[in-house]
Amino acid sequence: MSEIVTKNLNLWYGPFHALKDVNASFEKHRITAIIGPSGCGKSTLLRVFNRMNDFVDGVRMTGEVVIDGANILTGRMDLVALRKKVGMVFQRPNPFPLSVYENIVFGERIHSGAMSRSALDAVVEQSLKSVLLWDELKDKLNSSALSLSLEQKQRLCVARLIAVKPEVLLMDEPCSTLDPQATARIEELMRELKSDYSIIIVTHNMQQAARVSDDTGFMLLGELIEFGKTTEIFTAPKDRRTEEYITGRYG
Amino acid sequence: MRNPYRTQAVAFFFLLLATLLIVVPVGLVVVIIVQKGLPAVNWTFLSDIPRQGMRAGGIFPAIIGTFYLVSGAILFALPIGLLAAVYLTEYAKDNLLTRIIKLAIVNLAGVPSVVYGLFGLALFVVFFKFGASILSGSLTLGIMILPIIITTSREALESVPASFREVSLSLGVSKWQTIRHIVLPNAIPGILTGTILGLGRAAGETAPILFTVAAFYLPQLPGSVFDQVMALPYHLYVISTQVPNVDEKIRYGTAFVLLALVLFMNLIAIVIRSKFRKKKKW
Repeated sequence: MSEIVTKNLNLWYGPFHALKDVNASFEKHRITAIIGPSGCGKSTLLRVFNRMNDFVDGVRMTGEVVIDGANILTGRMDLVALRKKVGMVFQRPNPFPLSVYENIVFGERIHSGAMSRSALDAVVEQSLKSVLLWDELKDKLNSSALSLSLEQKQRLCVARLIAVKPEVLLMDEPCSTLDPQATARIEELMRELKSDYSIIIVTHNMQQAARVSDDTGFMLLGELIEFGKTTEIFTAPKDRRTEEYITGRYG
Repeated sequence: MRNPYRTQAVAFFFLLLATLLIVVPVGLVVVIIVQKGLPAVNWTFLSDIPRQGMRAGGIFPAIIGTFYLVSGAILFALPIGLLAAVYLTEYAKDNLLTRIIKLAIVNLAGVPSVVYGLFGLALFVVFFKFGASILSGSLTLGIMILPIIITTSREALESVPASFREVSLSLGVSKWQTIRHIVLPNAIPGILTGTILGLGRAAGETAPILFTVAAFYLPQLPGSVFDQVMALPYHLYVISTQVPNVDEKIRYGTAFVLLALVLFMNLIAIVIRSKFRKKKKW
């Protein structure tokens, strides 16, 4: 089952052609990695899916991106609804300067209006449990989120996102500021989350893509060169450029 | 050969000298006003009306007048200034018109206050027929401090990290909700700084209230916003230059009260600001 399908997706930043005829199908409840050298358009592609590129001046898109049967690139698209469905974890852990508790209920509180304290408590517990932080933080819910370790902050950001009940998690190099142990634990978390969410991760770390993803797309200069099962991409790439990149001869 | 240690010592000396040249006059002003003014301050001085042609009695009507005028100015300028700042930072497209508007606002802060006074006279007193009144005076002072409030609020809003906005929007929170729940709360300390600056300016200026509200001698409290009032800066001017034989104590006492009133109003804003600053750590 496809979660996101792109059809002849093109994107320009002013005169710069950042995405060129991208055709891909991102599957439900799988982890899809997008790899490629810096500036190849992988983050841009990710930010198409929740229309975060809209804030860039001079951005223009053609083609289709279909999520749940609707083309999200049309002007009529309800961006608030789209972003509730397609959430994002950023490169740098970026909790709000609020308590752990307030961080998690932030979206829910705004979306659902007045909620009872017990309902909010339940959201916090559930979200923290699903990112495996509940045991660590259940006694520190009122302390500032900024006092946490980097890894805890990034997990908290995932929890904050999960509290909004998205279908898709977009992850933009979520481990690039973390040490290897913390990275391994975030990857473990991604595998845990896969059963409930479709995950698309952008990474410049090929080992990470190989370890964690089910499908992989390789991008180069705005083009999606190759897209397929991770095992196939990494063991028997069809395109010479893919092979050169994953064997370290390119980029 | 140049001796780097001596060059450094010379530089250090001039830096210190410049700092002292700033600190000493400010300190002296405070010391002199407190020394000469404090003995005049007692309960009668603070709570009584001026008597014997302002040579005796108190300055209560002027205190109340200044308090009303400053409150009115803030009440008018803070909401409008803040909304304008939000529009300019969050919504306005970065084009020539926006840049001209921003430049104009910054420059308005440098317009001499007497010009605001004449403007207030023409617009509020004469055109809108508010007469010389608290309303005219407050609005004039409000317009005078608008540029300060807009400029500092804009800086405060712009200093909220872009990542906060991005995260909030990515969680499906609308732009206005993001401004309301994320941007504004994090900008409050900076906005209050602007308010403090504006407040001090509004309390101390004489020229804008001269034609629009200030009464030479009015030994009673205002009944409505359409009444005239006495105000501390103007009263100080009057008893210092227009009324002969006013005891020096009363003049310095008035200056002291004006200083204390501004400080007191600032203190309220500073306390609120520090409460919000404690929460802000990024």
